[in-house]
Amino acid sequence: MRWLAAAVVAVLLALPAFPSVFGSYAVTVFTLIFFYGFLGQAWNVVGGYAGQLSAGHAAFLGVGAYTAALLSVEAGVTPWLGMFAGGALAAVLGAVVGFLGFRFGLRGFYFVLLTVAFSEICRIIAANTEAVGGALGYYITFTGNPRQFQFQDTRAYYYIALALMVAATGLVAWLERRRFGVYLAAIRDDEAACEAAGVDTFRYKMLAMLLSSFLTGVGGTFYAYYLFSLQPNTVFGVPLSVEIIIRPIVGGAGTVLGPVVGSFILSPLAELSRHYFAQGGWHGAHLVAYGALLVAVVLFLPEGAYPRLARALRRRAAPAA
Amino acid sequence: MSLLEARGLSRHFGGVQAVAALDLDVAEGEVVGLIGPNGAGKTTVFNLLSGFLAPDAGQIRFRGRSVLGWKPHAICALGLARTFQIVRPFPRLTVLDNVLVGALGRHPDAGEARARARRVVDRLGLGARASTLAAGLTLAERKRVELARALATEPALLLLDEVMAGLNPTEIATLVGLIRDIHAGGVSILLIEHNMRAVMALSNRIVVLNFGERVAEGPPAAVASHPRVIEAYLGEDDVHAAPAR
Amino acid sequence: MAVGLTLIFGVMRVVNFAHGDMMVWGMYLAWLLAARGGVDPYASFVLCAAVLFVAGVLVQRGLVQRIVDAPHEMQILLMLGVALVLENAALLVFGPEPQRVRSALAQATIWLGPVFVDVARLITFGVAIVLTLLLSAFLFRTDLGRSIRAAADNPYGALVIGTDVRRVYAVAFGIGAACVGAAGALVAPLVPFQPSTGLQLSVASFNIVIIGGMGSLVGAFVGGLLVSVAESLGAVFLKPSLKELVSFSLLVLILLLRPAGLFGRRAA
Repeated sequence: MRWLAAAVVAVLLALPAFPSVFGSYAVTVFTLIFFYGFLGQAWNVVGGYAGQLSAGHAAFLGVGAYTAALLSVEAGVTPWLGMFAGGALAAVLGAVVGFLGFRFGLRGFYFVLLTVAFSEICRIIAANTEAVGGALGYYITFTGNPRQFQFQDTRAYYYIALALMVAATGLVAWLERRRFGVYLAAIRDDEAACEAAGVDTFRYKMLAMLLSSFLTGVGGTFYAYYLFSLQPNTVFGVPLSVEIIIRPIVGGAGTVLGPVVGSFILSPLAELSRHYFAQGGWHGAHLVAYGALLVAVVLFLPEGAYPRLARALRRRAAPAA
Repeated sequence: MSLLEARGLSRHFGGVQAVAALDLDVAEGEVVGLIGPNGAGKTTVFNLLSGFLAPDAGQIRFRGRSVLGWKPHAICALGLARTFQIVRPFPRLTVLDNVLVGALGRHPDAGEARARARRVVDRLGLGARASTLAAGLTLAERKRVELARALATEPALLLLDEVMAGLNPTEIATLVGLIRDIHAGGVSILLIEHNMRAVMALSNRIVVLNFGERVAEGPPAAVASHPRVIEAYLGEDDVHAAPAR
Repeated sequence: MAVGLTLIFGVMRVVNFAHGDMMVWGMYLAWLLAARGGVDPYASFVLCAAVLFVAGVLVQRGLVQRIVDAPHEMQILLMLGVALVLENAALLVFGPEPQRVRSALAQATIWLGPVFVDVARLITFGVAIVLTLLLSAFLFRTDLGRSIRAAADNPYGALVIGTDVRRVYAVAFGIGAACVGAAGALVAPLVPFQPSTGLQLSVASFNIVIIGGMGSLVGAFVGGLLVSVAESLGAVFLKPSLKELVSFSLLVLILLLRPAGLFGRRAA
């Protein structure tokens, strides 16, 4: 397995150099890979490791995005700070959803419903609040000023997204070995047995939720300043939540590299299909593909692509074992 | 020194009174056997003691403190650990990680906890399987994993719920030896068991439950020939037919 | 609609996220039949039910059956995937614009005592009652119905006495789908619908089923009445665009207060 680790490190080291080599379209694709890898990793904490499936993470993204945007445009606060405010506010929402869900013992599908309900409620409220632009959305004027988290050079976004993804992945890798990570994995398997072994399941689920929603909220700022327009139906919508969760699920929920691998697999495909299908006026085709993919993964690859791959490689490396 | 004191414990489900005004004590250093026919309320008692169920009435004192209304993890932190009737190790975690979860409660540092978990794993003879996922173990091994996990929480009192169930005689003998060993290490034990030989061999004292009430109590030999006990297990007609032991 | 969902859950403990989207397909089917074939939805609902029954059985046999014993997360993800496929396939095939089905009966109203009542809604209500009664009769009187209830209560026990549990599951799912097909056809003339309606319908179904109790038919019916009243009240007092807010808020409240519902049993 030495050479695999070396290869991964080599790729990681090479990534910063890519933009100089590749054209701007490739840079965009990679930026998306990294960004969704970051979001997927954020979701992974609560959805993959703790096993609390949330299909409403768009709510946190949206809250973070709108907060940072509003603070900047209305109050002149630089998004570099607004990012944390957005994250904090998203974490508050996460705390609310988590508290309601976990205190009232909502598991599995009930919890999923709760998260979807919350993100839809956010969507409807945003769409009906004129102060944030209502249904038409909120727009940010492009100034290209780095102080305002805006860059003329798209390569800057590439590096920021890469940094976000690496930071989140590093954080998860670090947490996995510590008490936090071990407890989450146990909670995913059997909460009652955890309680019997002295684990405060409510506390750790809440912590996971807080971390996850905070990170997602921070990602919201990037989203806002990458796209410059926030539409409630897009930013708080179920399709975006699906985008967030499908990469870690396909790549391997509950593993460190799962969200990254998943994003590397899916983001380019999503971009290509969007290009292809959107031109033919085929709305929603890529979502059909996502749905089919989800079904296929559940039936044939439940642990995700990365664990399968890792096992296959391990077997190759030690055939006698 | 009284470790556990339950007074007037009651709990009903719908129309059924599962536990009725039960008094139960475990003193430090004891092994107490809890026996009774199926449906006598034994597991319910465990659930009440460990915080998984709230009693309708009654008081529970553990180590001198009232644990009424405490959540299971808090009671575990105080020193009461339990196993489950249908064994529940964490299937997607390795044996070592399973036990690690227990150890982390006492040792927040993962490295330290891992070392301690390793020692417990070895002590229970699971060293060779330490890196195997719990889902891939035999029943006897899974029971030992659950036991190891409970042990790793460094309990003062261990509640064992039918640990012998489903095991063959060799495995039972091994487990009895392990439990004796654990007891010798200073852990008091309250065990629910249907396997009479194991109960007789391990217990200092036996409490007999039927229909949620205590029906008899005393040293093993006395309980075995107690008419009400025989009646509970075998039915009224056989009271006089029971052999002397 | 809700009766179908509760049946599927009660029997297999699988939550059908795709429920609302299946209903939308029922609606589109009725629309097709009306637009192309000139068939009135009040006649075609039987056909819609039949088509969806078959579709339901296929989905169950091919997909759901495989994950009946899998961890809950997997079941949820599977049905989410199916929902996605259904909703966006509808989007691809039928386009995003809202549709409506024309029916002669939809225009008519009659006096019922002191109140004006839509003939359309009256028929829908009547058919719903009849279908629910028929379904109850089926479940309680026929052998197959009894097998379904047995399998719902105790799958292993049912296996032991020789029930073909897989067939029973398939039928149950199929019936659930049929209910929804019929519902779709019946409701199609009443409201404009589009592919995204699927989510709203799913939410409504869940609201109803959770209130009435998962797995209880009576509960589903009563729940349906309760939720409709609540939503109507909401529509009276709030802006139309906030109507959805009512159903989602209702869902949150219901989730928090009563996951077991009024009549139902807790999830396993």
